[in-house]
Amino acid sequence: MMAGEALLAVEGLRKLFPVGKRAIWPRNRVPSFLHAVDGVSFAIGRGETVGLVGESGCGKSTLVRLIARLLDPSDGSIRFDGEEIGTVPARRFGLAPQRGQIQMVFQDATDSLNPHFTAFRAIADPLLRLRRLSGAALRARVAEVARLTGLSADLLGRYPHQLSGGQKARVGIARAIAVEPRLLILDEPTSALDVSVQVVILQLLQDLKRQLNLSYLFVSHDLNVVRLLCDRILVMYLGHIVESGPAGQVFAAPAHPYTQALLSAVPRPGASAGRSTRIGLPGEPRSPIDPAPQICPLYGRCGRASEACVASMPVLREIAAGQFAACHHPIADAVEPRLMAAG
Amino acid sequence: MNTAPASVPLLAVEDLSVEFRTRSGTVRALDRIGFELHRGETMALVGESGSGKSVTAYAIMGILDEAARTTSGRIVFGGLDLVHADDKAMGEIRGRELAIIFQNPRTALNPIRPVGRQIADILLRHGNVTAALAPQHAIDMLARVRIPDPKRRALSYPFELSGGMCQRVMIAMALACEPQLLIADEPTTGLDITTQAVIMDLIAELAAEQNMATLLITHDLGLAAEYCGHIAVMHAGHIVETAPTAALFATPRHPYTAKLIAATPGGAPDLAGLASIPGALPDLRRADLPPCRYTARCERVATDCEELPLRRLALGAGHHVACHFPL
Repeated sequence: MMAGEALLAVEGLRKLFPVGKRAIWPRNRVPSFLHAVDGVSFAIGRGETVGLVGESGCGKSTLVRLIARLLDPSDGSIRFDGEEIGTVPARRFGLAPQRGQIQMVFQDATDSLNPHFTAFRAIADPLLRLRRLSGAALRARVAEVARLTGLSADLLGRYPHQLSGGQKARVGIARAIAVEPRLLILDEPTSALDVSVQVVILQLLQDLKRQLNLSYLFVSHDLNVVRLLCDRILVMYLGHIVESGPAGQVFAAPAHPYTQALLSAVPRPGASAGRSTRIGLPGEPRSPIDPAPQICPLYGRCGRASEACVASMPVLREIAAGQFAACHHPIADAVEPRLMAAG
Repeated sequence: MNTAPASVPLLAVEDLSVEFRTRSGTVRALDRIGFELHRGETMALVGESGSGKSVTAYAIMGILDEAARTTSGRIVFGGLDLVHADDKAMGEIRGRELAIIFQNPRTALNPIRPVGRQIADILLRHGNVTAALAPQHAIDMLARVRIPDPKRRALSYPFELSGGMCQRVMIAMALACEPQLLIADEPTTGLDITTQAVIMDLIAELAAEQNMATLLITHDLGLAAEYCGHIAVMHAGHIVETAPTAALFATPRHPYTAKLIAATPGGAPDLAGLASIPGALPDLRRADLPPCRYTARCERVATDCEELPLRRLALGAGHHVACHFPL
């Protein structure tokens, strides 16, 4: 994919957090760093839905906060629509023209809505701040996004505690699309909802994407939901993207041992034989603090490990058309490896 | 009524109704629910939030809120009616023969007591071991739930352990006295999916070892299907359908069960293939609740549903449905 084509292109992105006690004399100690995001590169095309999956502590949230420009990266570039936005300090990104174009829907609508704001005020807030709308224009725009997200007019005067879980999720989405973003980051938008409501919200998101020509970065640990909504998925483990590719292909034939373990842990209704085919991940993840740069992050939990895995860090390479895995010993049994024919 | 040998069930919940008196009215949280669980069986209670799953668990454990009143029914466990048992009898059973794993292990564990001590407390309370031997037993229990380096971990405080490790400690505490019935109330909420698999496998394995009955409370139909032999589907304080897992998925008979299966993203090829369930749970404070509490959301609703008392139909092989017009 050419860099000019993608809506968002991330290259070699890193975020290191200093950890440990602060010494009075800084030169007396070697600083330690937690490598939350450690050299991540990917792109999101226009109108594409990319799923980001991984377990807690893998760096998903940090990556999302870097892209939403709420955190400053330690290294690497973030290009949005061809323009570098990674160098704009997070404090000043609010004034950048791209602020309105990258919006976020947060995990738990109950916690992310201001309890003192009515639904109307919550949706109006970004319009007041980023668009400087007021009066009739503001009311018209709020009414329009409320209609798009299926919120009836009588709900707009209510406070969060007077709304159901599904209605709060709709307010969160309406607030994010009010300023006409082009990239919407969805951080587990349905994890707090019951299945009966979850379906409706997912279908709403899919409709909105088509109507408004949005691109989504969809973060979730419900792999079943990711499979249904996403065109392409990124699998993250300990700050690295270990596998990426078309969602259907990755789910049918995972190439990275971690993806395989993750998929085999998904409980499926009607498949009671699941336990016998499960691939376990023994032990605990390696420490993200000052990791050895040449050792594969999965080393120690992986059944396919060899000496190569401690000698050099595997990098993403194409295993099948469009499917990349960072592994010295990828699983290549299901899909025939094809010769490169990328354009 | 079950496929298991026709013995006396270990747990029989009969006609149980529970109400909560609140400032804004009486919440009819459970309405004449009933099910049976035999030794060594695993059963899941599945439903949306607010359907009464946890209230059922708490009623069995005898740890309902002060505001709760049991207005009808019995909970027979090992020949004893737990509803009418006094506090002393309950105290003897709870922890020893009946154990529960709570949803969030971090809040359920005592934050200022090492986990080994917390397990020893239970062993001492139920008088199985002497004070001198209790710490070693606690370490053995931690080893049984496969906590690496149990001797050192026994001295750890909950905040020093990961979520999965805390849940293992909860399991070790629950199983310390080899209970006959284990209630697992959403034991893997908030855990990662690979950790969930490990914890659920562990519970299943230990339950099989001790021939213990397990009642799994979950909103995840997929999880219930993978680990449980029977599933009871709850909706607004009713058990609408009980069936062996395979039968429930192959031939759901209650319209709500069918919708719930169709709404669960698991097998569906795309989003359009998922069904949504219209409406919401009825307000359980209403005095004029219809006999069937699914009427407002049901596509098959008829006048009978709002007028006739709810019937529980036996469809053979442990399959029961509470519906006038089953599928």
